[in-house]
Amino acid sequence: MQDEPVKIIVPVGSLGAGVRKEEVEFGIAQGAQAIATDAGSTDSGAAYLGLGMSKNNRESVRRDLLILMEAASRRGMPLIVGTCGQAGGDLNVDWTVDIVREVASELQWKPRIAVLYSEQEKDTLKAKNAAGKIKPLAPLGPLEDSTIDECEHIVAALGPEPYIAALERGADIVLGGRTTDTAVIACYALWKGAPKGPSWHAAKISECGAQCTVAPTKGSGVLISIDNDGFEVQPLSNDNRCDPHSVSAHMLYENSDPFRLTEPGGVLDVIDAVYEQADPRTVRVTGSRWEEQPYTMKLEGVKKIGYQTTMLVGIQDPVVLSRLGEFHEKFLAALNFRIINAVGLEPHEFHISLRYYGWNAVSGDEPPEDAPPPREVGVLFVATGETQDMANQIAKACNPYFFHFPIDMEQELPSYGFAFSPADGPRGPVFEFVLNHVVEADEAGELVRERWVEIRELEASNA
Amino acid sequence: MPKLKDVCHHIRSKNAGPFWVTFDLFFKSPDMFEQYKADPALGPQLFAKTFGTNPDLVRYYPVASLSMVKISYPRPSPQGGLIERDMHSGQQYVRILDVELSQKPAMTG
Repeated sequence: MQDEPVKIIVPVGSLGAGVRKEEVEFGIAQGAQAIATDAGSTDSGAAYLGLGMSKNNRESVRRDLLILMEAASRRGMPLIVGTCGQAGGDLNVDWTVDIVREVASELQWKPRIAVLYSEQEKDTLKAKNAAGKIKPLAPLGPLEDSTIDECEHIVAALGPEPYIAALERGADIVLGGRTTDTAVIACYALWKGAPKGPSWHAAKISECGAQCTVAPTKGSGVLISIDNDGFEVQPLSNDNRCDPHSVSAHMLYENSDPFRLTEPGGVLDVIDAVYEQADPRTVRVTGSRWEEQPYTMKLEGVKKIGYQTTMLVGIQDPVVLSRLGEFHEKFLAALNFRIINAVGLEPHEFHISLRYYGWNAVSGDEPPEDAPPPREVGVLFVATGETQDMANQIAKACNPYFFHFPIDMEQELPSYGFAFSPADGPRGPVFEFVLNHVVEADEAGELVRERWVEIRELEASNA
Repeated sequence: MPKLKDVCHHIRSKNAGPFWVTFDLFFKSPDMFEQYKADPALGPQLFAKTFGTNPDLVRYYPVASLSMVKISYPRPSPQGGLIERDMHSGQQYVRILDVELSQKPAMTG
């Protein structure tokens, strides 16, 4: 590798969350050579891959890109973004490419943009499956072709190699589909020949930006600096700091195993890593190891399981609140009976649930016998049907019962507190993750599609 | 007998991908970590009973340098979908705060 350390700005935990210009300037002043960030994850659920939709609003992503692209163009340093548009499907990537084009025009800049797609064709995966090259991860079992067919979109998480190939060919900006959080940050250091253990470990520690600092709310990003013996990490915000605890604890974050992290082509092993305070704001880490393994990519796929419609009602009636368990049983039975009669559905054709916010909605468990009644509950009604129209019809059929259902049949009908009119709101399609498998790639570029975007003269002059 | 929340300064839960949940138990001191890291009350049956997971798949990772134990188990149903109540599993930790540990606190001093 080069004699000087490789320094990378990780400006934010996820593109669109709020890059700070002064932090990027701080990183530049420290000698940063690249900017790298991811732009999503599976954390927020399957809908973003299912719908090809970003979780962020467009303007927040545009603002972050404006700061980062301006810095990248001024400094002549690459900007690398992975898992574009939250889920990294092709639609999510193209949504991001569109914003990047707009910002480039605004900056009168004509960058060379490499776009890396990681969405997978079903036939390709079936061929891999037939060849025994798709393996399950616990708790799932072997992959059936029918599961592949049920998926709306399937992505394979990219490793660093396609990014390195794009940088090698002179990309100013690389926009990637689904990529491991670490690969998008490690790629620049690996390209520059930095050792693999520290490069991957630095990437894991910095993947959530300032989350690995002592005061994550004080800033957005961090600077990582990788050398021949290890790496250092410091916050980009001057009034924040990293300490060995804040840095080592991040290795635990959203990982099932705190010591070993499987990545495309290997495993990061940090069991012998040593974390030391290098200066008051900076932590130095040594002892990170990389073990080569066969090249595998994790698959993510989502299946549409129906359409939902919701209603929300508030209840303060003290008699209902003192007998909520009993109320729930009667209420749910009455609504199911109503749907069968008034919509004409068989029980297996729909699903409803009632969730009592303020009582047990989050856990769904039985509260202890001696739990005091709450002051009020919000009851969320969730109907799932095969089509949006069916879910809507279920909710409308239930509406009068949901509004007036008495706990004792001989009493006058109560009226609970609807929050909205119309009371029912469609939620659209509902998606579930169905793949937890890895696919073996013959070489790192096999399951990636690359496209180069040129910013034409016309667009640049339109700004 | 102390409760889990009495011997930890921080307890959190979060998804580790769409199919797993991970709990981080940060003990108040290295002594408490040593004493309770393998407490039978925190065994696989706790997670089977409380969250409906398969006890054979519950995994334990004590991290002595941080005086913490990481416990990971498969979600009983994958993230999202029909009956999702806690998309990120960020509230699941609350249900084990009051678990009574089976060992008495060590005498200190």
